[in-house]
Amino acid sequence: MPLLENGHPVEDTWRYAVEGEALGAGDVIVPLDRLSEGLGRSEGRLGVVLPNSEAVSVLKEALPKLAVVVVTFPIFRDGRAFSQARALREHLHFTGKIRASGHILPDQYEFLIRCGVDSVEVSGNADMAVWEEALRRFTIATQPSPVLDEKPTGFGLRRFLATP
Amino acid sequence: MGGGLGRTPIVGVSLRDDLPEEDLLAYMEAILRVYNAHGRRDNIYKARIKILVQALGTDEFRRQVEEEFVAMDRARYRIEPALVAAIKARFGAPDFAPEGNAAAVLAEDRRRDIAFDAWVRTNTHEHKAPGYISVVISLKPAGGIPGDATAEQLDLLADLADEFSFGELRVTHLQNVVLGHVRQDQLHTVWQRLSQAGLGTPNVNFITDIVACPGLDYCALANARSIPIAQKLSSRFADLELQREIGDLRINISGCINACGHHHAAHLGILGVDKRGQEAFQITLGGSGEEDASIGQILGPAMAEDETVDAVSRLIDLYLVRRENGERFLDTYRRVGTAAFKDVVYAPA
Ligand code: SF4
Repeated sequence: MPLLENGHPVEDTWRYAVEGEALGAGDVIVPLDRLSEGLGRSEGRLGVVLPNSEAVSVLKEALPKLAVVVVTFPIFRDGRAFSQARALREHLHFTGKIRASGHILPDQYEFLIRCGVDSVEVSGNADMAVWEEALRRFTIATQPSPVLDEKPTGFGLRRFLATP
Repeated sequence: MGGGLGRTPIVGVSLRDDLPEEDLLAYMEAILRVYNAHGRRDNIYKARIKILVQALGTDEFRRQVEEEFVAMDRARYRIEPALVAAIKARFGAPDFAPEGNAAAVLAEDRRRDIAFDAWVRTNTHEHKAPGYISVVISLKPAGGIPGDATAEQLDLLADLADEFSFGELRVTHLQNVVLGHVRQDQLHTVWQRLSQAGLGTPNVNFITDIVACPGLDYCALANARSIPIAQKLSSRFADLELQREIGDLRINISGCINACGHHHAAHLGILGVDKRGQEAFQITLGGSGEEDASIGQILGPAMAEDETVDAVSRLIDLYLVRRENGERFLDTYRRVGTAAFKDVVYAPA
């Protein structure tokens, strides 16, 4: 499954833990109920899947030791993960990677990034040009993003209004 | 917060009345986050903020919003005064001319022309700039289709907007058209040109100023046609003297439970339903979308189109008998209560 960052496919160095198998070494993403098992490992970086029904506060203790949090979209119109990503960045000040997984549409790509998501898992037959284009379509926004540094110019709407 | 019509009509509640302007975006964001986290996902008809507010109660909903709000980095969301000023500048007032003798000219025009005077009384609003007035053009001629205008009429409206109202014209949710800034000494001319084109109906806010959704004639979701019953009611009450006697009365008609015609927010609402494969209409009474907002209550079982029109007549007759000094239909209904109105429709003497 290709992984997109900034509109481009990147190499995915992470693997998901397989149910019933040991976690092993290397970079691995575990389900929430194997978090302590993952934290107990001595080598390799750790990621966790956060179900969209959980409050981000369940990761509060573990967060400094996590390199990746995967937020999930079981269906495109269940957008709870948007708020989770924002809360991870804004309230818990998480600086690792946030990855989005599940049923995601290109139209949502820019919003994901504005909410603090860095990488998106897209299906193997996705048209990459469409995803790339989705990032460039809009140059203004009415709300500030918790992750993008938009302070110097203020946020987009003001730029828009300033244009004669 | 949490208001809406459709299948679950609810009057919104107030969360705060002291929110600083600069915190507006942050607060709305907090509201959306609470809804996003806790709103219903199991049933698309219940995936609404209003449903969550009802389920949690206003106080608990407010508490959760506040909790999120205080945790946010508000400086990031602050709306800068310069931004507000830039937006305001886009809604600036036009360059009004000095008042001159405009008011005196209007007073004289009204004195000389009774028909004009009657139209001014129903179809205009005061304007904050001296010498100006705001005009509501009724698209509700007797027996007509609410909100319809011909291509020629639209051309005229556009011309009038250009000539008399700074090029500005607004289509309202009540299916009429507003010319926002007309000089009082030009109002008589505007009225004459409107009247010549059949746009001078003096019935704004009267019983024939009906709002109707497209209904089964145009809408794939409809249970019943909204337009024909609107036309029948408009014809039934076409007499202007009668309309003035009845006074302010809002009738809204929706062709199905989606409530695009806002029937719940009407003094007298009409809802199209499907009764064993036949078009039928339910009447709701006592709704208002104004400062005294309320949801209309269903009067009783649905009736066929003509029966419904007759039922409305009987409701109006009862109101005219029972009303006390200066009461609108809505006021009388609220004072007298449902029972009498129900009797007059379902147990005719
Ligand atoms: S209320 Fe129903 S019939 Fe009328 S426009 Fe809306 S969906 Fe269509």
